[in-house]
Amino acid sequence: MTVFLQSLVSGILIGGIYALIGIGMTLIMGVMGIINLAHGQLMMVGMYITYVLFAFLKIDPYISLLVSMPALFLVGVVIQRFLLNPLMKIEAILPENQVLMTVGIGMVLTEIARFIFSSDYKSTTTTFSSQVLFLGSISVNAPMVIAFLIAVALTLILFWFLLKTDLGRSIRATAQDKEAATLMGVNSSRITVITYALGAALVAAAGTVLLPIFYLFPDIGGPFTLKAFVITILGGLGSTVGAIVGGVTLGIAESLGATYFGMQYREMVGFVIFLLVLIFLPGGLKRLTKI
Amino acid sequence: MKRNRVIIAFIALALVLFPLVVKSDYYQHLVILALMWVVIGGSWNLLAGYTGQVSFGHAVFFGTGAYAAGILANKLGISAWWGMAFGGITAALVGLFIGWVCFRLRGPYFALATIAAGEIFRLIATTWESLTEGMVGIMILQTFRSKLPYYYLALFLAAASMFVFDQVMKSKWGFYFISIREDQDAAESLGINTTLYKNVSLLISSFFTGMAGAFYMNYMAFIDPHVVFSLHYISIMAILVGIIGGVATIWGPALGAFIMIGVQETFRSSVFGLAPRWVSQSHALVFGLLVMFVILYMANGVVGDWPKIKRLFLRRP
Repeated sequence: MTVFLQSLVSGILIGGIYALIGIGMTLIMGVMGIINLAHGQLMMVGMYITYVLFAFLKIDPYISLLVSMPALFLVGVVIQRFLLNPLMKIEAILPENQVLMTVGIGMVLTEIARFIFSSDYKSTTTTFSSQVLFLGSISVNAPMVIAFLIAVALTLILFWFLLKTDLGRSIRATAQDKEAATLMGVNSSRITVITYALGAALVAAAGTVLLPIFYLFPDIGGPFTLKAFVITILGGLGSTVGAIVGGVTLGIAESLGATYFGMQYREMVGFVIFLLVLIFLPGGLKRLTKI
Repeated sequence: MKRNRVIIAFIALALVLFPLVVKSDYYQHLVILALMWVVIGGSWNLLAGYTGQVSFGHAVFFGTGAYAAGILANKLGISAWWGMAFGGITAALVGLFIGWVCFRLRGPYFALATIAAGEIFRLIATTWESLTEGMVGIMILQTFRSKLPYYYLALFLAAASMFVFDQVMKSKWGFYFISIREDQDAAESLGINTTLYKNVSLLISSFFTGMAGAFYMNYMAFIDPHVVFSLHYISIMAILVGIIGGVATIWGPALGAFIMIGVQETFRSSVFGLAPRWVSQSHALVFGLLVMFVILYMANGVVGDWPKIKRLFLRRP
């Protein structure tokens, strides 16, 4: 029972961070109708920014959130403004041009990171790195808990932003019906830029808080891109609440899978869920809750 | 039309005579790989370019074909050459299953599902060690020491696949495929069973990709999950071959295959040893930049945008 609870708790903790990754992806999906296959790679860039700040300026990873998020916001603006938006005007046979473009962006980001930092594994330590908290007989390590709390806080701020501010409402309106939103005076191309940048900033935050937990190397982006879209499919495309539920579900499933089937199946669990959802519940959890 | 025939005959003759004139193993190897990519790129193009179902997971079929041949030789002791047929059929069966799952989804969702399929197959090949030898990979003995038999087999496969794709696209099926790409709902309302014909397209596509995989197994005599199920070097490469040459054209992927192998090898060898060594590590970066450039400026590929390219060069004296 303790083993089960232990896995469950670590699953929920990592799931909270997955949710943060998934929300960025699902926002981009909702507003632009494209899957951002550079998502994990953007996270990787965020992690390297945090790593550089830590290694050269000795800045605590959690404080460097203030740098990595704005930096990735800018990267997102550039990508959307100069690489993705121009594609809308190009006549091409294949409709998936933008998705392909994000694949290209992802490859370029990974290779640039490899050029600068080589393929070596990097890691950072914080003052709490080795601290372990006990909850009865369950132990959790401190960086995990902090990462989870930051993820939850950012998610709450995002919800406040989407629900209460004018800009947030414009984003939701564009996601619901682009043409109607444009007719109501929303500058939809500006909204796409902001959404993509926001998605990039969120995933950078996830990367920054994950850095004290994971080893960092240029190829870390790929698996997280895949996780992000498993979460999006699981939660229902374009649904932010779905992304949270999907993220936590994936976290728990991975953690239980690793405990009961073995570490090497950890990655597989997500894909099995993905296939099951596609076969039995296309549309994801959104279908069940109607949110 | 007549001029086109002359050009085709000339290209065919040049390819047949190539290994007899150029004796270098290295250049023969490059052309063999390019011919293999003609098959894969053409298969991808049939499904994505003509039928509009953009697959990001052609590595599934390639890898399945390669592993089918490899396992045949490794576990059952049957010559891997039987895998040429067996690999194609196994890949087609896998294609049917993937079609059953993935054709519930449209457009970008289909693309995603195929990526996931690719990753699942890579993980299966990595973890099911009793069948696939896991990360160690499968190694067999090459049948021929000379490259000539492989060269002509690859040439035959490439020609056969292009002939089949051309015939399919001239038949009734071809028109169904294009109608599905242009407007699936309209096609459905005209009485075309879109799911059936999407599966037909996938079946042909996966069969040829599987054959190419089995050929790769026989030719390279070594495979491991990271090579044959690679997202970047197989699935994305297949897409690149298709879009650089020109989607929805018969000659596009063939041209694209030669361009891509050329670019890949130029950078991998540091521009034939002339540039500094670090250039050799940049071929993945160049791939990425190439994707971005082609999508932004040559959305229909070299063949599709040929009039545009010609104008660009003719304007300058």
